[in-house]
Amino acid sequence: MSSTRVEVPEQLAPPSGPQPPAERVAGLWSDAWLELRRRPMFWISASLIAVLLLIAIFPGLFSRGIDPRDCHLKVDYEGERVNNFLLRPPYVAQPDMLDLPVPDAIRAGHWFGTDLFGCDYYAMTIHSTRNSIVVGLSVTAGIVLVGLLLGSIAGYFGGVVDSLIARVTDVVLAIPTVLGGIVLLSLVRPRDRGVALVVGVLVLLAWPTVVRLVRGSVLSVKELEYVDAARALGAPTRRIIWRHVLPNALAPALVYAATTVGVIITAEAALTFIGVGLQVPALSWGVMLNTAQDSIIRAPHLLLFPGIFLSITVFAFILLGDVLRDALDPKLR
Amino acid sequence: MLSTPNCADVTQTVSAPHPPQANSAPLLEVSNLAVEFRLNHGVVRAVNGISYRLAAGKTLAILGESGSGKSVSAQAVMGIIDTPPGFITSGSVRFQGTELIGLPASERRRYRGEKIAMIFQDALSSLNPVYTVGYQIGEMFRRHRGASRAEAKLKAIEMMERVKIPLARERANAYPHQFSGGMRQRVMIAMAIALDPDILIADEPTTALDVTVQAQIMGLLDELQAETGMGMILITHDLGVVAEVADEVAVMYAGKIVEQTDCTSCFARPAHPYTFGLMHSIPRSDKKLARLNPIKGTPPDLMRIPPGCSFHPRCEFRREVCFTETPQLRLVAKDRLSACHFAESVLAEEVLDAR
Amino acid sequence: MGRYLARRLLQFIPVFFGATFLIYFLVFVIPGDPIAALGGDRPIAPSVVAKLREQYHLDDSLPVQYGKYLVDMVHGDFGTDFRGRPVSDIFAQRLPVTARLALVAFAFEVVLGIVAGVVAGIRKKGFMDTLVLATTLVVVSVPIFVLGYTAQLLFSIKLGWLPLAGIQSGWKSYLLPGIVLGSVSLAYVARLTRASVVENLRADYVRTATAKGLSRTRVVGQHTLRNSLIPVITFLGVDLGGLLGGAIITETVFNLPGLGRQVAQSVINQEGTVVVGIVTFLVLIYMVSSLVVDVLYAGLDPRIRYE
Repeated sequence: MSSTRVEVPEQLAPPSGPQPPAERVAGLWSDAWLELRRRPMFWISASLIAVLLLIAIFPGLFSRGIDPRDCHLKVDYEGERVNNFLLRPPYVAQPDMLDLPVPDAIRAGHWFGTDLFGCDYYAMTIHSTRNSIVVGLSVTAGIVLVGLLLGSIAGYFGGVVDSLIARVTDVVLAIPTVLGGIVLLSLVRPRDRGVALVVGVLVLLAWPTVVRLVRGSVLSVKELEYVDAARALGAPTRRIIWRHVLPNALAPALVYAATTVGVIITAEAALTFIGVGLQVPALSWGVMLNTAQDSIIRAPHLLLFPGIFLSITVFAFILLGDVLRDALDPKLR
Repeated sequence: MLSTPNCADVTQTVSAPHPPQANSAPLLEVSNLAVEFRLNHGVVRAVNGISYRLAAGKTLAILGESGSGKSVSAQAVMGIIDTPPGFITSGSVRFQGTELIGLPASERRRYRGEKIAMIFQDALSSLNPVYTVGYQIGEMFRRHRGASRAEAKLKAIEMMERVKIPLARERANAYPHQFSGGMRQRVMIAMAIALDPDILIADEPTTALDVTVQAQIMGLLDELQAETGMGMILITHDLGVVAEVADEVAVMYAGKIVEQTDCTSCFARPAHPYTFGLMHSIPRSDKKLARLNPIKGTPPDLMRIPPGCSFHPRCEFRREVCFTETPQLRLVAKDRLSACHFAESVLAEEVLDAR
Repeated sequence: MGRYLARRLLQFIPVFFGATFLIYFLVFVIPGDPIAALGGDRPIAPSVVAKLREQYHLDDSLPVQYGKYLVDMVHGDFGTDFRGRPVSDIFAQRLPVTARLALVAFAFEVVLGIVAGVVAGIRKKGFMDTLVLATTLVVVSVPIFVLGYTAQLLFSIKLGWLPLAGIQSGWKSYLLPGIVLGSVSLAYVARLTRASVVENLRADYVRTATAKGLSRTRVVGQHTLRNSLIPVITFLGVDLGGLLGGAIITETVFNLPGLGRQVAQSVINQEGTVVVGIVTFLVLIYMVSSLVVDVLYAGLDPRIRYE
């Protein structure tokens, strides 16, 4: 249902004298917006996300003009030098190479210090935002679309179609995301593992949950009488689904989507950290952490900055999901 | 449907188990009870000063629409209102002379279940789904009387037999969802009368049931009352049920009692426009009507109760004074209370002729 | 109960075949040359290729391939690495470590998570509630490896309370990694328990129990608790999958020689056969545990049992 309307009671024609005030007419979405507006958590998460989106779209604005790939150390590897950067991982840094300790690095103008190759860590962190945000948003958009489609079909038509979709959902759900991601990605050569591939794999593994969610919403609405009424009035199936059934599923799907962006970003970071996700020279927090693995003990700043950025990003989306859920759930008010 | 109301037979005898009151205090005396709910967006004044008395062996029916405050008032008597957001803002509830409001929680608890019991509308959601009915009934004996598990189980079976659940011994091990609606309600009743309470409050006990089952349940309650002499408060919006068992009727509207009288008079000659409207709205099987006669309008939002008489927006008898002056509940005839400025004119109308 | 079990098993079977087939299909059928794909960039000697092709029945037709693969699996043969070492040997050696780690994590998340959730749920909007909500939010946001390294830096290096890595210190070695591994799940368990308790406290049967004159302790402790735990148990079953995935990271960070670390190393060394073998095994464990949890769930909720 797209709105709950409070009925204006039928008043008798009032003679002279005081009258009771007219009723306020409300809807689910406008109610939700009112709820959201007055919650500080909403503004916090929304502004965080806005800032992150800005950074992702315009990293140059924030990175003080420093090129994250303009590093002190220009490395030769098997005589190949392309854009002053490594092509082929893994390359193990030697202890006596240039990684400036943080205080010295800051004095030298590097706010977050540098990494093992002398690249400005701050610029790297800023530029890495884009990949994580892109992966998070694309995967979520993908699974929500697939979920809405399959879920409404399964829920609305029921029967064989539903069973089939349910079985497929079960199978994919039986494979935990990280494990499945590892298997799939490890089959691809490291140099071919790009953002598109990672997005594709994650969508492939994560779509079932949304399908179940949407299916549940659809089922709960399908039995309501106004769907029967619409059908009796001759509305075509497509229209019934679009106008009546889907809006009901939208609220929980939205809440799920917000939280999922955070979860996906974490998943991608995990996969990249293990080594099956994005690879050097892609700029991603996961890559930064993966590269820094063996040196963290003696150079904690390598962990700190991408870790903080990653956490804040995930935090913002999960917080948004929480706030949306509280605002959209009529029972909690 | 109702040509002559068949109100509860006032001459039913009350047999032994309850000796006459030691003192002359009534079984239950509620005075000026007021309950409000303080919510984020306003204060809901659910009960606005109601008073009544209940004697042993008698049945008081509290009649009203949804939102009239009838359930809340009963919950206040039981002391089970969630505070916050609910608050009893004034009034007293005296059980056999003892004031219940203001008692410390641990003392208050001793009355619940033992002296005053309550049953609810939807037995399926009102029973715990993960415990057997035998366990839940037996719990009364284990917690209040210190019985052992085995003893409690035996007592539970005894109770189930008392409320006429067949195969009680086996069914004591079953779960609530395995019973039919009527049987579940019997389980609730068994739980409520387990400790032989003095008062049973029934909050819409038959609303969720089929008509035939309804009759059985009301019959059961009637029997139990005759056996034990307990007082009963029946909360309902169903006029038919009221007619079956009530001795006295209190009609509630917008948190107040607007009419209080014996059952027969309530149906035959109502003394309040609201009651009048209710009686008129009953479809008659012996007359062909072109249209139904509902009371126009809807009950007020309890956050914004109309000034003056709260019923005035919907009243056919209203005059100027009704918009500004709140009518008090007053004696308008022998043993008849009504909260209407013009109760006498309402009384003068006859309900039973064609309108 | 019997009917429920039968139904659950009936559901399990197609999922089992489906999941194993899916993995098999993706790994051995889709890539043009599966052995090369499994080997990644490393050059593989032709003799090794031939041997592996035979071992994985790649020259048979698809149904036969898959069938033999399943039969192998039932016999405990999950393939070999590129040097011919059976993956099942690797299991035998490394499983105990992972099992202990998972156990510590599980115990931690269950006990602390449920307790925190119940306390938070009972005193909704109280201090504990806000604390639980805030902490869980933070824990869920910070990735496990970041948590892991931070924990190492803090508790091992700065404070010196717990061992840094490896399994030399007996059970103490598993404490910090276990807590880190269980922390995210802990957050979910606490939140779920809290939500469940809040919802159950609003239920009608709570009103009945109060009307029966039962004490608040009994109403909450006896009546709502069991109902509240039902969704939590269901979640714990699903959660094992997350634990297994997280174990890979945790074992890497803390250098524990378990199955997870093996997977991580094999990924780096591009030993695809080992990765697939171990992951398949872990998926199987996960499926079985889901089944077990479902049975447990029926034990708790009679409505399911007597359908």
